[in-house]
Amino acid sequence: MSDHSSPQPAATTSSATTSSAPFGAVSHPPARRIRVGDGPRTRALLIGSVLFVTALVLVVPLLAIFAEALRHGWGAYLTSFAAPDTQYAMLLTLCVALIVVPINIGFGIASAWCIAKFRFRGRNLLVALVELPFSISPIIAGVAYLFVYGAQGLLGPFLEAHDIKIMFAVPGIVLASLFVTAPFVARELIPLMIAQGSEEEEAAVTLGAGGWRILRLVTLPNVRFALLYGAALCNARVMGEFGAVSVVSGNIRGQTNTLPLQIELLYQDNNAIAAFAVATVLTAVALVTLVVKAIIERLDAARVKAQGRPGH
Amino acid sequence: MNRVIPGYPLSLGITLFYLCLIVLLPLGALVWQALDVGWERYVAIMSGARTASAFRVTLTTAALATLFNAVYGLALAWVLVRYEFPGRRFIDALVDVPFALPTAVAGLALSALFVKNGWFGAPLAALGISVAYTPLGIAAAMAFTSIPFVVRTVQPVLEDLATDVEEAAATLGASDWRIFARIIFPAIFPAFLTGASLAFARSLGEFGAIIFIAGNLPLKTEVVSLLTFIRIEEYDYPAAAAIASTLLGLAFVLLFLVNMIQLWQQRRIGTGD
Repeated sequence: MSDHSSPQPAATTSSATTSSAPFGAVSHPPARRIRVGDGPRTRALLIGSVLFVTALVLVVPLLAIFAEALRHGWGAYLTSFAAPDTQYAMLLTLCVALIVVPINIGFGIASAWCIAKFRFRGRNLLVALVELPFSISPIIAGVAYLFVYGAQGLLGPFLEAHDIKIMFAVPGIVLASLFVTAPFVARELIPLMIAQGSEEEEAAVTLGAGGWRILRLVTLPNVRFALLYGAALCNARVMGEFGAVSVVSGNIRGQTNTLPLQIELLYQDNNAIAAFAVATVLTAVALVTLVVKAIIERLDAARVKAQGRPGH
Repeated sequence: MNRVIPGYPLSLGITLFYLCLIVLLPLGALVWQALDVGWERYVAIMSGARTASAFRVTLTTAALATLFNAVYGLALAWVLVRYEFPGRRFIDALVDVPFALPTAVAGLALSALFVKNGWFGAPLAALGISVAYTPLGIAAAMAFTSIPFVVRTVQPVLEDLATDVEEAAATLGASDWRIFARIIFPAIFPAFLTGASLAFARSLGEFGAIIFIAGNLPLKTEVVSLLTFIRIEEYDYPAAAAIASTLLGLAFVLLFLVNMIQLWQQRRIGTGD
């Protein structure tokens, strides 16, 4: 039952593994299986209107980013990246992602291990807690962190006494990003590890393997694609996080400005070309993430067909 | 409880420690700050003209955005599950664009499209409709960032729907519309409601996509998340705490609602209804 307890929609690794129910297909010859909406006119109308709206709301915005960035040609586009502040923002964003993604991979594995392999009181509550950051506005997350580590916050006096700076500095950006992306890897791993069961791990235990060996040689190979996709999504989100980071960063040019904040600054400076040029980098990250996802789903579907069990 | 597999204390320990440090400590601090404000001051802050207007603008635009996504998301899920057509996989992959694309980038793109001489703005201006720097622009930004929710919750349920009842109704001579309204829609309704609630919750808290296109005029096009941000920049921490905790409360109510819907759904499936 906890397979479907996740309120988040994007758990597509599990949706890819469910095949449509076999009822009806056995007792009816295929010719009689005309279903609701299969009439040619309904079909054409629905597909046509959905494709039209999708082109307007999902394709055109992506094209607009590249069109605006290249409005004055490749020369202007490329010089946008020569600005030192923009280069610094790229470096900072990369560093934050390099810290946050591995930590949240670790958290994802640990939480999926205890939730999928064991039954205990409060397990459903724990699942809800893991997914909680999804439902909270990034602005709230930023404000909440300010109330912990800011000058007037819970730990403010202590931090000031020891001369530790967290808010309006890189540690604050890292913490806010950790909060916002905490569920990404866990959400991909938990349903898959529950669906796969624990037989292979139990067999490994009886053969004398220790916990770390089981994790490395049995569990992680079994979930590697879901792990990879979770990490890719986590990375895209860290690099693109705006709301939470804009509260805690203080927007200091060349010091605490990540790429999305740099986009806003450039836009406010009426440097639209540069703003869109920086935006194309983050758009490329997003598109690569989606390509990774599409490849993984295809591999997964092929494996399910071959082995009849949910994805490796 | 599984006693064979090792690592229970360690994995649970790491999970609880991390959740306390990263999630519960800051949320606790927010609640603590909000409680510190006191009831009378809280009411005064919340009933102030600017705050009340921000909540009104946010709630109405979020409702509008959710309405769009309810219709479009349901149609999109239906088309992706029920029909085979060239480009179906491509469209399916595109659905996740709003989750992967940074909100600031989305806001930037939408504002470029909807300004007076933009690709959408110019034809709309000819019709006398302006979207950029109006509440419609806010709704457009909210709608874009929450597109995947309804699609991704309805899609798996629609895929798993048994076809026998549907076919039986068809052989008894029920019309397509009647079968959809009486059999299919009730079956996907809990998932649909879950998706719509999640889309609404996401819209209420949206920030990055909105500020580029909203115009951000107090009392007109200022949303709650932006007002919270402004109060922080003004060092008005009590007001920020009051507004943020109210938004947090709304998020919890919606989360509770979603969990209730899912319990209801599981019970319906459990009894074979």
